[in-house]
Amino acid sequence: MAIKVEHEVHERRKGRNFGVGALLIGFIGLVFALTVVKVLQLGDARQFENFDHVARPAIIPQEGDTE
Amino acid sequence: MTDMSVQDQPYEAGMGDYFALMKPRVMSLVIFTALVGLLVAPTPVHPFIGFLAILCIAVGAGASGALNMWWDADIDAKMRRTAKRPIPSGRVQPGEALGIGLALSGFSIVLLWLATNALSAGLLAFTIFFYAVIYSMWLKRATPQNIVIGGAAGAFPPMIGWAVATGSVSIESVLMFALIFMWTPPHFWALALFVKTDYGDADVPMLTETHGRDSTRRHVIAYAVLLAPVALGIGFTSIGGYLYLGVAAVMNAWFLKGCYDIWRRDDAAAEADNYLVERKVFKVSLYYLFLHFGALLVEAALRTTGV
Repeated sequence: MAIKVEHEVHERRKGRNFGVGALLIGFIGLVFALTVVKVLQLGDARQFENFDHVARPAIIPQEGDTE
Repeated sequence: MTDMSVQDQPYEAGMGDYFALMKPRVMSLVIFTALVGLLVAPTPVHPFIGFLAILCIAVGAGASGALNMWWDADIDAKMRRTAKRPIPSGRVQPGEALGIGLALSGFSIVLLWLATNALSAGLLAFTIFFYAVIYSMWLKRATPQNIVIGGAAGAFPPMIGWAVATGSVSIESVLMFALIFMWTPPHFWALALFVKTDYGDADVPMLTETHGRDSTRRHVIAYAVLLAPVALGIGFTSIGGYLYLGVAAVMNAWFLKGCYDIWRRDDAAAEADNYLVERKVFKVSLYYLFLHFGALLVEAALRTTGV
């Protein structure tokens, strides 16, 4: 058998590496898209500050707010 | 470093081998029923959240498949149907399957929680636990009722889909669960009657081998009879309607007739026509589930369009 620089297993490893890479990029894309959807669903983007774990009276909608 | 050549190393799996761990065919049924559960729910879901939820449910189901293959590799190797699976054929190492199964379980549950609600994520976690631990580890090798209890794992997806939309469990989702749960035993045992299985070689108790084939025939009709009221009952809930009831009436009559025929004959008669009736009933059982959930989907579409 001739000695080859490129063995079949290299081909398979390459496919696997690209596969894992694609999955990771896809995962990042999913989480980012989820974030966008969740923030937009808040209606008022300032509500996002509610996730700050700190009470922020300033962002609680007041009666008579025109916005 | 050693100068070991690549030929001496064990086979290295490709992406396709890992994908096969996730039982893609089972996954397609999970995707379909979870999608129906999500779409028939009264609360609309943002399309992307819905897509992500179904993806999580499918990956969770795949993860439980990988865990099942890891645990069952020893018996899979002894049976012809399963000997070509990734682990017994040597393409994937058992440890890899365990790692993939656990990692994907974690990712799918956490992501489903973040995207939707704790109930859906909890149900998904329980489904994976149920399939991998309760079914695969405890029951499969211990009791011939393994199919009945294992069927519960396959019955959860529409309930999770419903929980994704509504954040709750209700009579509709319980009945969708019950529909798949009661449907699994006659569906599987009809198959077990005509497929020459080698479960005995692997010491897995199968009803056909532990209690005999006549007993299996009685079990098929018994579950088919119990299944019919569940299927018809869905028609009287908020997700049912005349169209669904029509489909359910026809399909249940057809399925009951087939199961009755299975019950009335013995193996000598079945041998004579090469298990014609059993084969037919198995096929009908596939249409049965598909058409019931398909009809629910059509009912939901009719409601939204206001017909």
